[in-house]
Amino acid sequence: MIQESTTTAVAIRPRPQPLARLRWWPNAHVWSKVRRERWMYAFILPGFLFFVVFRYLPLLGNVVAFEDYSPYLGFFNSRWVGLDNFAALFTNPAVGNALLNTLIINGLQILCYFPATIGLALLLNSLISVPLKRVIQSIVYLPYFIGWVVLVSVWASVLGGDGLLNHILGNWGLPPVNLMRNPAAFKPMMVLQYLFKNVGWGTIIFLAAISKIEPYLYEAAVVDGAGPWQRLWHVTLPGIRGIAVLLLILNLGNVLTTGFEQILLQEPAVGAQAGDVLDTFVYFQGILAGNWGLSAAVGLCKGVFGTVLIILANKVAHLLGEQGVF
Amino acid sequence: MAVQTNAAAPFWRERPSVLSQSLKLAILVVVVVVMVFPFWYVLSVSLSSERDLQGANISLFPLHPTLLAYQTILQGGVVFNALLVSVGVTVIGTFACMVMTTTLAYGLSRTNDVPGSRFVLFLVLGTLLFNAGIIPNYLLVRFLGMLNTYPALIVPGLISAFNLIVVRQFFMNIPADLTDAAMMDGANPFQIFWRIMLPLSKAVLAVVALFYGVALWSDYFQPLLYISNTAMWPIPLVLRLYVLQGQALSGAQQVGQPLPPATTVQMAVVVIATVPILVVYPFLQRYFTQGVLAGAIKG
Repeated sequence: MIQESTTTAVAIRPRPQPLARLRWWPNAHVWSKVRRERWMYAFILPGFLFFVVFRYLPLLGNVVAFEDYSPYLGFFNSRWVGLDNFAALFTNPAVGNALLNTLIINGLQILCYFPATIGLALLLNSLISVPLKRVIQSIVYLPYFIGWVVLVSVWASVLGGDGLLNHILGNWGLPPVNLMRNPAAFKPMMVLQYLFKNVGWGTIIFLAAISKIEPYLYEAAVVDGAGPWQRLWHVTLPGIRGIAVLLLILNLGNVLTTGFEQILLQEPAVGAQAGDVLDTFVYFQGILAGNWGLSAAVGLCKGVFGTVLIILANKVAHLLGEQGVF
Repeated sequence: MAVQTNAAAPFWRERPSVLSQSLKLAILVVVVVVMVFPFWYVLSVSLSSERDLQGANISLFPLHPTLLAYQTILQGGVVFNALLVSVGVTVIGTFACMVMTTTLAYGLSRTNDVPGSRFVLFLVLGTLLFNAGIIPNYLLVRFLGMLNTYPALIVPGLISAFNLIVVRQFFMNIPADLTDAAMMDGANPFQIFWRIMLPLSKAVLAVVALFYGVALWSDYFQPLLYISNTAMWPIPLVLRLYVLQGQALSGAQQVGQPLPPATTVQMAVVVIATVPILVVYPFLQRYFTQGVLAGAIKG
């Protein structure tokens, strides 16, 4: 019986075709597949065109970074300046400031996000009452779905110049503070808002990882006399280490990018010195001030380094024995 | 308290001490209050009348609630117009995104059978690595003549590579036996897609649609970039102008009607911009874990 089934399996398998691999042009076998699956191409074509036009075609637009670009002259007639824009980029102190702000804000966000999220996930997981857990989960997930404009408006209504906090301070006879317009408070505010929006939603992935830990590990720990804290340290935390490392690395790979919408909204209130990050620099200098070449050069550098960082992050994840994203 | 229902606890779990239980509860209560309170405050200010806001009054529970602010907004004018724009862009956009994402996901779900589809998949995955940048994207939209049109808010974001991978992964996990059987019965790929793939992946489609919808509803950067005609602005931009930049709201003001305080109108705009999300949220919430984890760990 077993013998029989293996022989049929061998018979069904298509013959190996060593030469077909070497030919660039598809052979008859491939063409027959194409004909059989021709309707599948109707599904693929629109999406394929979308990716070509809206994701790959704009890459050519980066040629602006090498030009003294003027919208009236266009790509072809603007003056070619070679690497001048990149030279200007390194001597422009505003670029350095934007890079520093980007790294500080993202660094602080990542630094605070992980302990807060894992802590909240552990707390939620330790709740025994399922209904209570559900209620708290639906509340803490919610801010993730609120857009930055609404979120910042809500924060401004509580902490802003005319907000609740200042009403209370005024009633107590204290001088007003405006946390939304204070350059020194800008970076902590960005971190707090980020936590407000993302920490609850972030727990979802850690809760899933915790629920995948095998119960026998806990049972064995109990038999060996481990208390709740020891189980947390020796079973739960090692169980979520993999996913935590993966997420941390991915976040580090995106360190040049995140936070754009949030900061663009609030930067005008505190000025470029405290608030400018790379993406807002590109927007203000390029789209608004018409400094196309320089800002496109900043965008291109950011894009290239960002890609390198993501690939590196993925490599590191693999080296640490975790699954990467690809 | 509710915490002591022991149904879900494993037998070996110690009875938690009163101290640790109350500490846990205290932390969670603080977290929940911090998350809910600002929204509550905004809602209550939007419902306050002038008397509630006078002088040193702080309006956490409006004593003289009124809908005047909402009436002012809904009578027409800038905010009402922006609301219509946002609803239109979100509904049409979410639909278009779902059509494009699900069809491509199905087209790429059998890379071994369909020659060339693996190449397209690599193109899609590649976009996870890079972004052309703000300026090239702006130049493309301008080149296509889409500046100051509504398609500019929808078309550049039709397919998110991440969402596509989530949906594709889900399609690939649908047993091949089902589609093979349908094929035997003479179904063509369109029927398989419509009758088998889509109905079986409702959970993940609900979550992906929510992501697209929320992104379109709360997007303010693309309108800011692509739409300079303020009469075409969606609600986030109007919100930014009136609430964050503090411009006075000029609306359809009826003669002889009392003017509601400016703050209440501002807060009412915030509430109106939030409500649609609060309405769909409970219906989609049960799909969260399922839908998110389908693609979160491994694309």
